[in-house]
Amino acid sequence: MNNTTVLNTLRFIVLVFFQVTVFNNIHFFGFITPYPYILFILLYPLNVNRHLFLIFSFLLGLVLDIFNNSGGVHTTACITLAFVRQNLLKMSFGYSYEFHMMRITDKISSELVTYVVTSVLIHHTVLIVLEIFNLHFIWEILLRIITSSIFSILLIFLIIGLIKSPRR
Amino acid sequence: MQQIIYFISKNSTKLLFLLLLVVSLYLTTQTHSYHQSQMFHSANVVSGTVYEKTNNITEYLHLKDENNRLAEENARMKQILYNSALIVDSTFAVNPSIRIAQDYKLFHAKIIKNSFFKKDNYLTIKGGKLNGIKKDMGVINSNGVIGIVENVSNHYATIQSILNTHTKISAKISNTDHFGTITWDGKNTGYVQLVDIPKLAALHKGDSIVTGGISTIFPENVPVGLVDKVYTSKNSNFYTISVRLFNDMTNISSVYLIENVHIKEILELEEETINE
Repeated sequence: MNNTTVLNTLRFIVLVFFQVTVFNNIHFFGFITPYPYILFILLYPLNVNRHLFLIFSFLLGLVLDIFNNSGGVHTTACITLAFVRQNLLKMSFGYSYEFHMMRITDKISSELVTYVVTSVLIHHTVLIVLEIFNLHFIWEILLRIITSSIFSILLIFLIIGLIKSPRR
Repeated sequence: MQQIIYFISKNSTKLLFLLLLVVSLYLTTQTHSYHQSQMFHSANVVSGTVYEKTNNITEYLHLKDENNRLAEENARMKQILYNSALIVDSTFAVNPSIRIAQDYKLFHAKIIKNSFFKKDNYLTIKGGKLNGIKKDMGVINSNGVIGIVENVSNHYATIQSILNTHTKISAKISNTDHFGTITWDGKNTGYVQLVDIPKLAALHKGDSIVTGGISTIFPENVPVGLVDKVYTSKNSNFYTISVRLFNDMTNISSVYLIENVHIKEILELEEETINE
């Protein structure tokens, strides 16, 4: 049990807890719900086993699905995001991303914004398309993806700002 | 053989992803098919406890509303009781010599999680197998129909809400015998749709819609809502009726569960009839 394991376990529990008890009960204008729990996937350490990372993301989604009675929509969205995360990192931070990731939350840079925005969009698109799964509601799907994404992104930056390690 | 092993070890992440994707898509499609129980649902110990604890805190915000509702319901019950033919003596005791047919058993339960903004909504209640709650029991409150019990664990149960695009409940226009089916189009939480009512039926705005007697889940004449709009189409002999629910599904806290005592007998008989 080293420091990182403890930190990630805590992050998992805390994010799921707040997602289930607080954020799932937010319905701005009746349909906008933020999902900041994907911070777990975004901030998961880089230099570890990718298989374990996929499995943890799967478990994260599954727990959310159990709480929401939503079958497997969160699970699918989470593993999709976990799978493409490396490419997103390369795209936003360049090839030296492993170096940058060391202190990813130190300052809110434009690279970090690209990373978070693309990740949230991918996750929410999979999630909401699968959840509604009906072409009749195509406009509602688009509207929900866009509005919920904006809300989630704002919340994620708020949380990053709050947990940011203080400057030495 | 060596090449297969090489291929697997080279693409192991992709293969694991595909495996997990298949599992999660399977779980997803399971909920989209009609009336199939979910493999994983919130009627388990962990999520049940979390929802119960949070509900213990939030329910205080609604105590006043709940009190009013109970008082209204009590008044209605008293009205029925005082006008009932069963009462014979002055102490308002029910005459024991009159045997009332016991077709339905009622249970009371508290909602610990409500959902209404999705297309397929489920509620979670405190009360499960150990409290006598079974799958496919009808769920109502003092205002009308709420849904049908879907999954049951030892202490908790999930309810398929009337606001679920897979829910189908048999209903009729009050005081007639024109039957139809209640469905939900997933749009407005205050309205459901009643389909398959023949055009012969006399209909007016404001008529009340109640559950039909042909279901083994709900007793007859449980209120559902009022006729709001009637849609007709030239190439169909049936109305589609928009029904305004009596219940505000976004604001409910306790429910009654109805068990049809004879359901086993009815189902056995029907099975026998089919098998012959």
